[in-house]
Amino acid sequence: MSDFTEIWVYLSSSPLLHLTLTLIAYQIGDWAYKRSGGLAILNPVLLAVAMLVAVLLITDTDYGTYFEGAKFVHFLLGPATVALAIPLYNQLEQVKRSLPALLSSLALGSATGTLAAVGIAWALGAGPSVIASIAPKSVTVAIAMGVSAEIGGLPSLTAMLVLLTGITGAMLGPALLHLLYVRDSRAKGLALGAASHGIGTARAVQIDETAGAFSGIAMGLNGLLTAAILPLIWRWLF
Amino acid sequence: MLWALTALLAFQLAGEALVAWLQLPAPGPVVGMALLFIALIIRGGAPKALAETSRGLLNHLSLMFVPAGVGVTLHLTVLADSGAVIGVALLVSTLAAIAVTGLAMTWAMRLTKRKGSQE
Repeated sequence: MSDFTEIWVYLSSSPLLHLTLTLIAYQIGDWAYKRSGGLAILNPVLLAVAMLVAVLLITDTDYGTYFEGAKFVHFLLGPATVALAIPLYNQLEQVKRSLPALLSSLALGSATGTLAAVGIAWALGAGPSVIASIAPKSVTVAIAMGVSAEIGGLPSLTAMLVLLTGITGAMLGPALLHLLYVRDSRAKGLALGAASHGIGTARAVQIDETAGAFSGIAMGLNGLLTAAILPLIWRWLF
Repeated sequence: MLWALTALLAFQLAGEALVAWLQLPAPGPVVGMALLFIALIIRGGAPKALAETSRGLLNHLSLMFVPAGVGVTLHLTVLADSGAVIGVALLVSTLAAIAVTGLAMTWAMRLTKRKGSQE
């Protein structure tokens, strides 16, 4: 046992351990998700995060040490976001054709999500800093943190809420859309990207290229819209 | 593969530089995506290697959110305090946003299509 602990401590000091664990956890999650035939509760991100949180708590590892290894995976988010330009370009004709519908639905959905989140948190008695942290939770994490700081929220709490929102939407969104008879890939993608930013887009990419492209647009536009408008409304209200 | 990855990183770098220079409210990678998009329009398409590398990256987009997701451990106390309120607000608002956007888009497209066929 002491041998095992010593080896673990030795390995923990190198980024290799937590990088490998991250990849293993995600692949176990992905395997379970596919094996179950795409059961929503077995979302690969959710499973991987749960497994890794358990490992960190059991081995008493702090997040900073974990991130030393995991940052290599985290870094790929940047180039992957840039890469979204390609499905967007491939779908340019479709996007142009449905631009008025796209813009109006996105504005409506974005406003609904923000108002519902703020309204419910307020009605249930959340404090002002928690409410401000929830408001920008539907947009990509970098924008959300900036907006949160601007309106008096806690940026690191917002980062967590953004992730939970993303996982919730990716997990339950496709089933909800199916239930509501939304069959069009453009509408599905737009809804996932508008409500659940990058994690929703990662899910939409799995539906098809059209859904991925519309989700990418929704994510980008909603980010810009929220960054531009939310702080103004907030200042006017409070 | 290697130059395609280099190209993606170069566009991201250009995006980050533009954000810092013009004090834009958007994150660097999103601006980088817009720059690459403009480049694709000018060039009239993506080179094969870039398209393949991008598809490879995007197929594993979910994986890249895992490290940030594990950051939940930093907020376990806040979750214990107001977890129920936050949970209800997140769940209901996210589902509402998805339902409204999806239905609005479906109806709006049907509307514009009908208008288009009449003209």
